[in-house]
Amino acid sequence: MMSKKIVIVGGGPAGTIVANLLAKKLKKEEASITVIDKTGRHVYEPGLLYVTLGDQDPKGIVKDEKDILNKKVKLIVDEATKIDTKKKMVEIRSGDRLDYDYLIIATGARLCPEEVPGLKEAAYHFYTVDEALKLKDALEKFDKGKIVIGVGGVPYKCPPAPAEIACFLDYKLRKRKTRDKVEIHYLSPLPRVFPIESIDPIVNEIFDKEGIKYTTFFNVESVDPERKEVRSLEGETIGYDLLILIPPHRGSKVVEDSGLGDRGGWVPTDRYTLKVKGYDEIYAIGDATDLPISKSGAAAHYEAKVVANNIASEIKGIESQDKYNGKVVCLCDAGNKAIYLNFDYDHPPKPTRPRWVYRLLKLTFNKLYWYTIAKARFL
Amino acid sequence: MSEEPKVDRLIDARNTFCPGPLMELIRAIREAKVGEVIGVLSSDTGSKRDIPLWTSKAGHKLIGIYEKAGYAEIVVQKMK
Repeated sequence: MMSKKIVIVGGGPAGTIVANLLAKKLKKEEASITVIDKTGRHVYEPGLLYVTLGDQDPKGIVKDEKDILNKKVKLIVDEATKIDTKKKMVEIRSGDRLDYDYLIIATGARLCPEEVPGLKEAAYHFYTVDEALKLKDALEKFDKGKIVIGVGGVPYKCPPAPAEIACFLDYKLRKRKTRDKVEIHYLSPLPRVFPIESIDPIVNEIFDKEGIKYTTFFNVESVDPERKEVRSLEGETIGYDLLILIPPHRGSKVVEDSGLGDRGGWVPTDRYTLKVKGYDEIYAIGDATDLPISKSGAAAHYEAKVVANNIASEIKGIESQDKYNGKVVCLCDAGNKAIYLNFDYDHPPKPTRPRWVYRLLKLTFNKLYWYTIAKARFL
Repeated sequence: MSEEPKVDRLIDARNTFCPGPLMELIRAIREAKVGEVIGVLSSDTGSKRDIPLWTSKAGHKLIGIYEKAGYAEIVVQKMK
Protein backbone atom coordinates (compact mmCIF):
# COMPACT_ATOMS: atom_id res chain seq x y z
CA MET A 1 0.00 0.00 0.00
CA MET A 2 1.28 3.45 -0.92
CA SER A 3 1.63 5.82 2.01
CA LYS A 4 -0.99 8.57 1.77
CA LYS A 5 -0.08 12.22 2.08
CA ILE A 6 -2.24 14.19 4.51
CA VAL A 7 -1.70 17.94 4.49
CA ILE A 8 -3.30 20.15 7.14
CA VAL A 9 -3.29 23.89 6.58
CA GLY A 10 -3.38 25.70 9.91
CA GLY A 11 -1.97 24.85 13.33
CA GLY A 12 -4.64 26.25 15.62
CA PRO A 13 -6.77 23.95 17.78
CA ALA A 14 -8.55 22.38 14.77
CA GLY A 15 -5.39 21.60 12.78
CA THR A 16 -3.40 20.49 15.81
CA ILE A 17 -6.04 18.16 17.24
CA VAL A 18 -6.79 16.52 13.89
CA ALA A 19 -3.05 16.08 13.21
CA ASN A 20 -2.44 14.47 16.59
CA LEU A 21 -5.48 12.20 16.28
CA LEU A 22 -4.37 11.05 12.82
CA ALA A 23 -0.85 10.43 14.11
CA LYS A 24 -2.27 8.16 16.81
CA LYS A 25 -4.50 6.26 14.41
CA LEU A 26 -2.14 5.80 11.48
CA LYS A 27 1.25 4.11 11.16
CA LYS A 28 4.12 5.87 9.37
CA GLU A 29 3.85 3.48 6.44
CA GLU A 30 0.14 4.26 6.11
CA ALA A 31 0.38 8.05 5.93
CA SER A 32 2.60 11.09 6.24
CA ILE A 33 1.02 13.97 8.13
CA THR A 34 2.13 17.55 7.56
CA VAL A 35 0.89 20.72 9.25
CA ILE A 36 1.59 24.06 7.59
CA ASP A 37 1.34 26.94 10.06
CA LYS A 38 2.21 30.56 9.44
CA THR A 39 3.54 31.38 12.90
CA GLY A 40 4.53 28.09 14.52
CA ARG A 41 2.97 29.45 17.69
CA HIS A 42 -0.20 28.02 19.20
CA VAL A 43 -2.39 30.46 21.11
CA TYR A 44 -5.05 29.22 23.53
CA GLU A 45 -7.49 31.98 22.67
CA PRO A 46 -10.04 31.47 25.49
CA GLY A 47 -7.20 32.60 27.76
CA LEU A 48 -7.14 36.07 26.17
CA LEU A 49 -10.09 37.20 28.30
CA TYR A 50 -8.06 36.40 31.41
CA VAL A 51 -4.97 38.19 30.03
CA THR A 52 -7.14 41.27 29.44
CA LEU A 53 -8.45 41.28 33.00
CA GLY A 54 -5.05 40.65 34.54
CA ASP A 55 -5.61 37.07 35.73
CA GLN A 56 -3.36 35.33 33.24
CA ASP A 57 0.26 35.75 32.19
CA PRO A 58 0.27 35.68 28.35
CA LYS A 59 3.19 33.25 28.45
CA GLY A 60 0.81 30.60 29.76
CA ILE A 61 -1.47 30.75 26.73
CA VAL A 62 1.12 30.59 23.95
CA LYS A 63 3.28 27.58 23.16
CA ASP A 64 5.46 26.40 20.30
CA GLU A 65 3.38 24.31 17.93
CA LYS A 66 6.22 21.80 17.52
CA ASP A 67 6.02 20.97 21.23
CA ILE A 68 2.31 20.13 20.96
CA LEU A 69 2.37 18.09 17.76
CA ASN A 70 2.94 14.36 17.84
CA LYS A 71 6.51 13.51 16.74
CA LYS A 72 5.11 11.73 13.67
CA VAL A 73 3.68 15.03 12.39
CA LYS A 74 5.91 17.22 10.23
CA LEU A 75 5.50 20.95 10.92
CA ILE A 76 6.29 23.50 8.24
CA VAL A 77 6.39 27.03 9.64
CA ASP A 78 5.47 29.05 6.57
CA GLU A 79 2.41 30.58 4.99
CA ALA A 80 0.27 28.53 2.63
CA THR A 81 -0.32 30.87 -0.31
CA LYS A 82 -2.33 28.76 -2.75
CA ILE A 83 -4.39 25.60 -2.74
CA ASP A 84 -4.62 24.02 -6.17
CA THR A 85 -7.45 21.52 -5.99
CA LYS A 86 -6.93 20.29 -9.57
CA LYS A 87 -3.27 19.41 -9.04
CA LYS A 88 -3.98 18.43 -5.40
CA MET A 89 -1.19 20.65 -4.19
CA VAL A 90 -0.55 23.40 -1.62
CA GLU A 91 1.97 26.12 -2.39
CA ILE A 92 3.82 27.87 0.42
CA ARG A 93 5.52 31.27 0.62
CA SER A 94 9.02 29.78 0.18
CA GLY A 95 7.90 28.49 -3.23
CA ASP A 96 7.78 24.83 -2.18
CA ARG A 97 4.79 22.76 -3.17
CA LEU A 98 3.23 19.95 -1.21
CA ASP A 99 1.16 17.28 -2.90
CA TYR A 100 -1.72 15.79 -0.95
CA ASP A 101 -4.06 12.84 -1.07
CA TYR A 102 -6.13 14.34 1.72
CA LEU A 103 -6.27 18.03 2.55
CA ILE A 104 -7.69 19.47 5.76
CA ILE A 105 -8.38 23.20 5.74
CA ALA A 106 -8.05 24.46 9.31
CA THR A 107 -7.06 28.01 8.51
CA GLY A 108 -9.29 29.68 11.08
CA ALA A 109 -10.62 33.22 10.94
CA ARG A 110 -8.81 36.46 10.09
CA LEU A 111 -9.43 39.71 11.95
CA CYS A 112 -10.28 42.58 9.58
CA PRO A 113 -10.63 45.79 11.67
CA GLU A 114 -10.27 47.87 8.50
CA GLU A 115 -13.74 46.76 7.36
CA VAL A 116 -15.44 49.15 9.82
CA PRO A 117 -14.46 52.81 9.31
CA GLY A 118 -12.79 54.22 12.43
CA LEU A 119 -12.65 50.91 14.30
CA LYS A 120 -8.91 50.34 13.98
CA GLU A 121 -8.03 53.82 15.29
CA ALA A 122 -10.62 53.99 18.03
CA ALA A 123 -11.44 50.59 19.43
CA TYR A 124 -9.68 48.09 21.65
CA HIS A 125 -10.24 44.35 21.48
CA PHE A 126 -8.90 41.20 23.09
CA TYR A 127 -8.65 38.73 20.22
CA THR A 128 -4.84 38.69 19.99
CA VAL A 129 -2.21 38.69 22.75
CA ASP A 130 -0.92 42.16 21.77
CA GLU A 131 -4.40 43.69 21.65
CA ALA A 132 -5.41 42.01 24.92
CA LEU A 133 -2.36 43.56 26.60
CA LYS A 134 -3.16 47.02 25.17
CA LEU A 135 -6.72 46.75 26.47
CA LYS A 136 -5.47 45.52 29.84
CA ASP A 137 -3.30 48.67 30.18
CA ALA A 138 -6.18 50.92 29.12
CA LEU A 139 -8.60 49.29 31.58
CA GLU A 140 -6.12 49.57 34.44
CA LYS A 141 -5.86 53.33 33.86
CA PHE A 142 -9.60 53.79 33.37
CA ASP A 143 -11.25 54.88 36.61
CA LYS A 144 -14.26 56.86 35.43
CA GLY A 145 -16.44 57.22 32.34
CA LYS A 146 -18.29 55.03 29.89
CA ILE A 147 -17.04 51.73 28.51
CA VAL A 148 -18.92 50.54 25.44
CA ILE A 149 -18.61 46.89 24.41
CA GLY A 150 -19.80 45.37 21.13
CA VAL A 151 -18.96 43.51 17.94
CA GLY A 152 -17.80 45.08 14.68
CA GLY A 153 -19.35 42.39 12.49
CA VAL A 154 -20.72 38.88 12.31
CA PRO A 155 -19.67 36.09 12.44
CA TYR A 156 -17.03 36.36 15.14
CA LYS A 157 -15.20 33.81 17.27
CA CYS A 158 -16.88 32.75 20.50
CA PRO A 159 -20.35 34.38 20.31
CA PRO A 160 -20.69 34.83 24.12
CA ALA A 161 -17.28 36.60 24.45
CA PRO A 162 -18.53 40.21 24.42
CA ALA A 163 -21.23 39.49 27.04
CA GLU A 164 -18.61 37.56 29.01
CA ILE A 165 -16.18 40.49 29.13
CA ALA A 166 -19.03 42.85 30.13
CA CYS A 167 -19.88 40.68 33.17
CA PHE A 168 -16.25 39.93 34.00
CA LEU A 169 -15.34 43.62 33.80
CA ASP A 170 -18.25 44.54 36.05
CA TYR A 171 -16.96 42.03 38.62
CA LYS A 172 -13.39 43.37 38.39
CA LEU A 173 -14.45 47.01 38.72
CA ARG A 174 -16.48 46.13 41.81
CA LYS A 175 -13.41 44.51 43.33
CA ARG A 176 -11.41 47.64 42.50
CA LYS A 177 -14.21 49.73 44.06
CA THR A 178 -14.49 51.93 40.94
CA ARG A 179 -17.70 50.41 39.53
CA ASP A 180 -19.83 53.36 40.70
CA LYS A 181 -17.77 55.73 38.53
CA VAL A 182 -17.80 53.55 35.43
CA GLU A 183 -20.76 52.91 33.16
CA ILE A 184 -20.70 49.67 31.18
CA HIS A 185 -22.84 49.75 28.04
CA TYR A 186 -23.22 46.61 25.97
CA LEU A 187 -24.21 46.67 22.29
CA SER A 188 -25.86 43.51 21.04
CA PRO A 189 -26.39 42.76 17.34
CA LEU A 190 -29.47 40.71 18.32
CA PRO A 191 -32.79 41.53 20.04
CA ARG A 192 -31.33 40.20 23.33
CA VAL A 193 -28.02 40.36 25.19
CA PHE A 194 -27.06 36.69 24.80
CA PRO A 195 -27.05 34.88 21.43
CA ILE A 196 -28.98 31.82 22.70
CA GLU A 197 -32.61 32.71 23.44
CA SER A 198 -33.14 30.14 26.22
CA ILE A 199 -30.03 31.34 28.07
CA ASP A 200 -30.73 35.04 27.57
CA PRO A 201 -32.96 35.50 30.67
CA ILE A 202 -30.12 34.23 32.89
CA VAL A 203 -27.57 36.63 31.41
CA ASN A 204 -30.12 39.44 31.27
CA GLU A 205 -30.74 38.96 34.98
CA ILE A 206 -26.98 39.44 35.63
CA PHE A 207 -26.98 42.58 33.45
CA ASP A 208 -29.99 44.05 35.27
CA LYS A 209 -28.72 43.11 38.73
CA GLU A 210 -25.26 44.54 38.14
CA GLY A 211 -26.44 47.63 36.27
CA ILE A 212 -24.86 46.76 32.92
CA LYS A 213 -26.73 48.88 30.39
CA TYR A 214 -27.45 47.54 26.94
CA THR A 215 -28.79 48.42 23.54
CA THR A 216 -30.13 45.65 21.33
CA PHE A 217 -30.22 45.44 17.53
CA PHE A 218 -27.01 47.44 17.36
CA ASN A 219 -24.89 46.25 14.44
CA VAL A 220 -21.88 48.53 14.19
CA GLU A 221 -21.52 50.44 10.95
CA SER A 222 -18.80 52.97 11.77
CA VAL A 223 -16.87 54.64 14.55
CA ASP A 224 -16.13 58.37 14.77
CA PRO A 225 -12.88 58.56 16.79
CA GLU A 226 -13.03 62.38 17.09
CA ARG A 227 -16.55 62.57 18.43
CA LYS A 228 -16.08 59.29 20.31
CA GLU A 229 -19.25 57.84 18.89
CA VAL A 230 -20.20 54.49 17.45
CA ARG A 231 -22.97 54.25 14.87
CA SER A 232 -25.15 51.28 13.98
CA LEU A 233 -26.51 50.22 10.62
CA GLU A 234 -29.92 50.39 12.31
CA GLY A 235 -29.33 54.16 12.61
CA GLU A 236 -28.45 54.69 16.30
CA THR A 237 -25.43 56.55 17.68
CA ILE A 238 -23.87 55.94 21.09
CA GLY A 239 -21.01 57.85 22.71
CA TYR A 240 -18.11 56.22 24.57
CA ASP A 241 -15.00 57.03 26.57
CA LEU A 242 -13.42 53.61 26.03
CA LEU A 243 -14.57 51.39 23.22
CA ILE A 244 -14.16 47.60 23.04
CA LEU A 245 -15.24 46.25 19.65
CA ILE A 246 -14.46 42.80 18.36
CA PRO A 247 -13.24 43.38 14.80
CA PRO A 248 -15.05 41.87 11.81
CA HIS A 249 -13.76 38.43 10.82
CA ARG A 250 -13.19 36.87 7.41
CA GLY A 251 -11.93 33.49 6.31
CA SER A 252 -8.22 33.11 5.64
CA LYS A 253 -6.37 34.73 2.78
CA VAL A 254 -5.23 31.44 1.28
CA VAL A 255 -8.85 30.27 1.09
CA GLU A 256 -9.91 33.50 -0.61
CA ASP A 257 -6.89 33.57 -2.94
CA SER A 258 -7.57 29.97 -3.97
CA GLY A 259 -11.22 30.67 -4.78
CA LEU A 260 -12.41 28.26 -2.12
CA GLY A 261 -14.34 30.71 0.06
CA ASP A 262 -17.80 32.24 -0.02
CA ARG A 263 -18.27 36.01 0.10
CA GLY A 264 -16.88 36.13 3.63
CA GLY A 265 -14.00 33.81 2.81
CA TRP A 266 -15.59 30.89 4.70
CA VAL A 267 -15.29 27.43 3.17
CA PRO A 268 -18.61 25.87 2.05
CA THR A 269 -18.66 22.69 4.14
CA ASP A 270 -21.09 19.81 4.59
CA ARG A 271 -22.46 20.10 8.12
CA TYR A 272 -22.22 16.32 8.76
CA THR A 273 -19.28 14.94 6.75
CA LEU A 274 -17.22 18.15 7.03
CA LYS A 275 -16.11 17.62 3.44
CA VAL A 276 -15.67 20.80 1.44
CA LYS A 277 -18.64 20.92 -0.89
CA GLY A 278 -17.73 19.50 -4.30
CA TYR A 279 -14.63 17.61 -3.10
CA ASP A 280 -14.20 14.11 -1.75
CA GLU A 281 -10.65 14.45 -0.42
CA ILE A 282 -10.80 17.94 1.11
CA TYR A 283 -12.21 18.64 4.57
CA ALA A 284 -12.68 21.89 6.46
CA ILE A 285 -12.85 22.17 10.26
CA GLY A 286 -12.85 24.83 12.94
CA ASP A 287 -13.44 28.52 12.32
CA ALA A 288 -12.62 28.19 8.59
CA THR A 289 -15.98 26.62 7.69
CA ASP A 290 -19.19 28.38 6.66
CA LEU A 291 -21.22 26.27 9.14
CA PRO A 292 -23.81 28.25 11.10
CA ILE A 293 -22.39 27.09 14.45
CA SER A 294 -20.19 28.81 17.04
CA LYS A 295 -16.69 29.56 15.86
CA SER A 296 -15.10 27.97 18.89
CA GLY A 297 -12.36 25.58 19.96
CA ALA A 298 -15.00 23.13 21.19
CA ALA A 299 -16.61 22.83 17.76
CA ALA A 300 -13.12 22.45 16.22
CA HIS A 301 -12.29 19.67 18.68
CA TYR A 302 -15.45 17.63 17.96
CA GLU A 303 -15.10 18.18 14.22
CA ALA A 304 -11.46 17.05 14.30
CA LYS A 305 -12.51 13.72 15.83
CA VAL A 306 -14.97 13.01 12.99
CA VAL A 307 -12.52 13.92 10.24
CA ALA A 308 -9.62 11.96 11.80
CA ASN A 309 -11.81 8.86 12.19
CA ASN A 310 -13.09 9.00 8.64
CA ILE A 311 -9.73 9.64 6.97
CA ALA A 312 -7.91 7.00 9.06
CA SER A 313 -10.64 4.44 8.38
CA GLU A 314 -10.59 5.14 4.66
CA ILE A 315 -6.82 4.69 4.53
CA LYS A 316 -7.09 1.42 6.44
CA GLY A 317 -9.90 0.24 4.18
CA ILE A 318 -12.44 0.17 7.01
CA GLU A 319 -15.99 1.35 6.45
CA SER A 320 -16.59 4.49 8.51
CA GLN A 321 -19.05 7.26 8.05
CA ASP A 322 -18.82 9.21 11.27
CA LYS A 323 -20.90 12.34 11.17
CA TYR A 324 -20.43 15.60 13.03
CA ASN A 325 -23.55 16.15 15.12
CA GLY A 326 -22.99 19.88 15.68
CA LYS A 327 -21.71 19.39 19.23
CA VAL A 328 -20.48 22.47 21.07
CA VAL A 329 -19.61 22.73 24.76
CA CYS A 330 -19.13 26.13 26.29
CA LEU A 331 -18.35 27.57 29.72
CA CYS A 332 -19.19 31.28 29.83
CA ASP A 333 -17.36 33.11 32.61
CA ALA A 334 -19.23 35.91 34.37
CA GLY A 335 -16.36 36.82 36.73
CA ASN A 336 -17.17 34.81 39.83
CA LYS A 337 -19.48 32.21 38.31
CA ALA A 338 -19.86 30.50 34.95
CA ILE A 339 -22.67 29.11 32.82
CA TYR A 340 -22.29 25.63 31.30
CA LEU A 341 -23.74 24.98 27.84
CA ASN A 342 -23.74 21.73 25.89
CA PHE A 343 -25.71 21.34 22.67
CA ASP A 344 -25.77 19.85 19.18
CA TYR A 345 -27.98 19.82 16.07
CA ASP A 346 -30.60 17.67 17.81
CA HIS A 347 -30.38 18.99 21.36
CA PRO A 348 -30.92 22.69 22.03
CA PRO A 349 -28.95 24.25 24.91
CA LYS A 350 -30.65 23.82 28.28
CA PRO A 351 -30.67 26.78 30.65
CA THR A 352 -28.43 26.25 33.69
CA ARG A 353 -27.83 28.62 36.59
CA PRO A 354 -24.42 30.29 36.82
CA ARG A 355 -22.31 28.36 39.35
CA TRP A 356 -18.86 28.84 40.84
CA VAL A 357 -18.12 25.17 40.21
CA TYR A 358 -18.46 25.68 36.45
CA ARG A 359 -16.02 28.55 36.72
CA LEU A 360 -13.59 26.29 38.55
CA LEU A 361 -14.05 23.77 35.76
CA LYS A 362 -13.28 26.44 33.16
CA LEU A 363 -10.14 27.63 34.96
CA THR A 364 -8.99 24.02 35.30
CA PHE A 365 -9.71 23.30 31.65
CA ASN A 366 -7.70 26.39 30.63
CA LYS A 367 -4.63 24.72 32.17
CA LEU A 368 -5.40 21.15 31.11
CA TYR A 369 -5.98 22.07 27.45
CA TRP A 370 -2.29 21.77 26.61
CA TYR A 371 -1.92 18.28 28.07
CA THR A 372 -5.25 16.77 27.02
CA ILE A 373 -7.26 18.18 24.11
CA ALA A 374 -4.40 19.77 22.15
CA LYS A 375 -2.34 16.59 22.36
CA ALA A 376 -5.40 14.45 21.52
CA ARG A 377 -5.15 12.60 24.82
CA PHE A 378 -8.26 11.12 26.45
CA LEU A 379 -10.32 11.91 23.33
CA MET B 1 -47.79 34.33 -0.37
CA SER B 2 -48.29 31.16 -2.34
CA GLU B 3 -45.55 31.64 -4.91
CA GLU B 4 -42.12 31.53 -3.33
CA PRO B 5 -39.57 34.08 -4.53
CA LYS B 6 -36.25 33.18 -6.09
CA VAL B 7 -33.41 33.79 -3.64
CA ASP B 8 -29.87 34.88 -4.49
CA ARG B 9 -28.47 33.11 -1.45
CA LEU B 10 -29.93 30.44 0.79
CA ILE B 11 -28.64 29.87 4.31
CA ASP B 12 -29.45 26.63 6.06
CA ALA B 13 -29.46 27.51 9.76
CA ARG B 14 -31.81 24.68 10.78
CA ASN B 15 -31.05 23.05 14.12
CA THR B 16 -28.34 25.54 15.00
CA PHE B 17 -28.55 27.56 18.17
CA CYS B 18 -25.46 29.70 18.50
CA PRO B 19 -24.98 32.25 17.03
CA GLY B 20 -28.39 31.44 15.50
CA PRO B 21 -30.36 32.13 12.32
CA LEU B 22 -30.72 35.91 12.79
CA MET B 23 -26.96 36.37 13.15
CA GLU B 24 -26.53 34.29 9.97
CA LEU B 25 -28.98 36.57 8.17
CA ILE B 26 -27.21 39.71 9.41
CA ARG B 27 -23.95 38.27 8.12
CA ALA B 28 -25.49 37.52 4.71
CA ILE B 29 -27.12 40.96 4.47
CA ARG B 30 -23.81 42.64 5.29
CA GLU B 31 -22.16 40.63 2.50
CA ALA B 32 -25.00 41.11 -0.03
CA LYS B 33 -25.45 43.76 -2.70
CA VAL B 34 -28.45 46.08 -2.50
CA GLY B 35 -31.46 44.38 -4.07
CA GLU B 36 -30.29 40.82 -3.42
CA VAL B 37 -32.69 38.39 -1.81
CA ILE B 38 -31.59 36.14 1.06
CA GLY B 39 -33.47 33.07 2.28
CA VAL B 40 -32.84 31.66 5.75
CA LEU B 41 -34.03 28.20 6.74
CA SER B 42 -34.73 28.13 10.47
CA SER B 43 -36.25 25.54 12.78
CA ASP B 44 -36.15 28.04 15.63
CA THR B 45 -39.65 29.44 16.16
CA GLY B 46 -38.15 32.66 17.61
CA SER B 47 -36.74 33.48 14.16
CA LYS B 48 -40.25 34.18 12.85
CA ARG B 49 -40.48 36.99 15.41
CA ASP B 50 -36.82 38.19 15.54
CA ILE B 51 -36.05 38.28 11.82
CA PRO B 52 -39.02 40.49 10.80
CA LEU B 53 -38.27 42.79 13.76
CA TRP B 54 -34.63 43.26 12.77
CA THR B 55 -35.46 43.51 9.07
CA SER B 56 -37.85 46.38 9.74
CA LYS B 57 -35.49 48.14 12.18
CA ALA B 58 -32.54 47.89 9.78
CA GLY B 59 -34.61 49.14 6.81
CA HIS B 60 -34.71 45.96 4.74
CA LYS B 61 -37.73 44.22 3.26
CA LEU B 62 -39.35 41.06 4.55
CA ILE B 63 -40.56 39.27 1.45
CA GLY B 64 -42.23 36.43 3.27
CA ILE B 65 -42.22 33.58 5.76
CA TYR B 66 -42.87 30.20 4.15
CA GLU B 67 -43.78 27.29 6.44
CA LYS B 68 -42.21 23.93 5.63
CA ALA B 69 -42.16 20.60 7.46
CA GLY B 70 -40.52 21.41 10.80
CA TYR B 71 -38.95 24.69 9.73
CA ALA B 72 -39.63 27.98 8.00
CA GLU B 73 -37.96 29.73 5.11
CA ILE B 74 -37.73 33.44 5.83
CA VAL B 75 -36.94 35.60 2.82
CA VAL B 76 -35.50 39.10 3.08
CA GLN B 77 -34.35 41.62 0.49
CA LYS B 78 -31.44 43.99 1.14
CA MET B 79 -32.73 47.53 0.56
CA LYS B 80 -29.78 49.80 1.40
